[in-house]
Amino acid sequence: MLQLLRQPWPWYTSGATIAFIMLLLIYFGKSFGVSSNLRTICTIAGAGKKVEFFNFDWKTQKWNLLFLFGAVLGGLIASTLLKSDQPLQISAATITDLQKLGIVFDGNLNPSQIFGWDFITSPKGLIVLLGGGILVGFGARYAGGCTSGHAISGLSNLQVPSLIAVIGFFAGGLVMTYFLLPLIF
Amino acid sequence: MKGLKFILAGLLFGVVMAKSEAISWYRIQEMFRFQSFHMYGIIGTAVILGIILVYLIKKFKIRDFHGNPIIFQDKDTSWPRYIIGGSIFGLGWALTGACPGPMFVNIGYGYWSMILVILGSLIGTYLYGLIKNKLPH
Repeated sequence: MLQLLRQPWPWYTSGATIAFIMLLLIYFGKSFGVSSNLRTICTIAGAGKKVEFFNFDWKTQKWNLLFLFGAVLGGLIASTLLKSDQPLQISAATITDLQKLGIVFDGNLNPSQIFGWDFITSPKGLIVLLGGGILVGFGARYAGGCTSGHAISGLSNLQVPSLIAVIGFFAGGLVMTYFLLPLIF
Repeated sequence: MKGLKFILAGLLFGVVMAKSEAISWYRIQEMFRFQSFHMYGIIGTAVILGIILVYLIKKFKIRDFHGNPIIFQDKDTSWPRYIIGGSIFGLGWALTGACPGPMFVNIGYGYWSMILVILGSLIGTYLYGLIKNKLPH
């Protein structure tokens, strides 16, 4: 059993589990959306004193912070107890495309060239990771949700605004992938 | 321990995101280059099942475990915030290979450098709160 769980999980298991998690949270009287935690953390850090947007009772969001804490634990379990001993398998076309950008496929989940110590301690690495994070955080709050809140919860409830947001996610993603990544790397 | 169920739900989320490689920068690149079905399969399965589940909850007026009616909030109808905010999000998603959930799962997985991305996303969230009223929604 453990041996089976250690192998990479197929997309349909993952998709079904994500739908189940959304259902669980709905049943608990909540909703599935991760990025609102970022606002909550800003509030806990004291942002509500200066900016009205953060002035709310963060304790109403405690459940979501616990969910986030669980997600970190889940990552830890996946990298220890359930760690796969095989390298990541991705499309050969992607490997070739990334090679043209100078990014080598190393078989890990994330390229050491971007997340490794050498890069993150360089000025460029700092700008890429911090800057990328700023775009994600700003965009998620501006759009009122991220992949979980819009693409999963919103689309499941047939919300047109969520569809527009998901189209935006892809528009931005494609511009970054095809136009900006070649300039950055 | 009223909070335990949320930790367990999050734990399941973290395990499944990591084990299905949805937290992988490479997988996100593969998705944006349309070179694999994998990520589309994950999101597609979740959405199709999600639509069915939400439909059934509404049809049979299923209540939550407190016994309260389950209410689905409709999102505000507008264009600019979703398309502009969404596009900004997408730029960051493709660059860092991580949306907010996977950032944290990656920390648990041992990718400590993701702390920088999380720090950035907190700064981004704060900046939005700061200039919110000046932006078109």
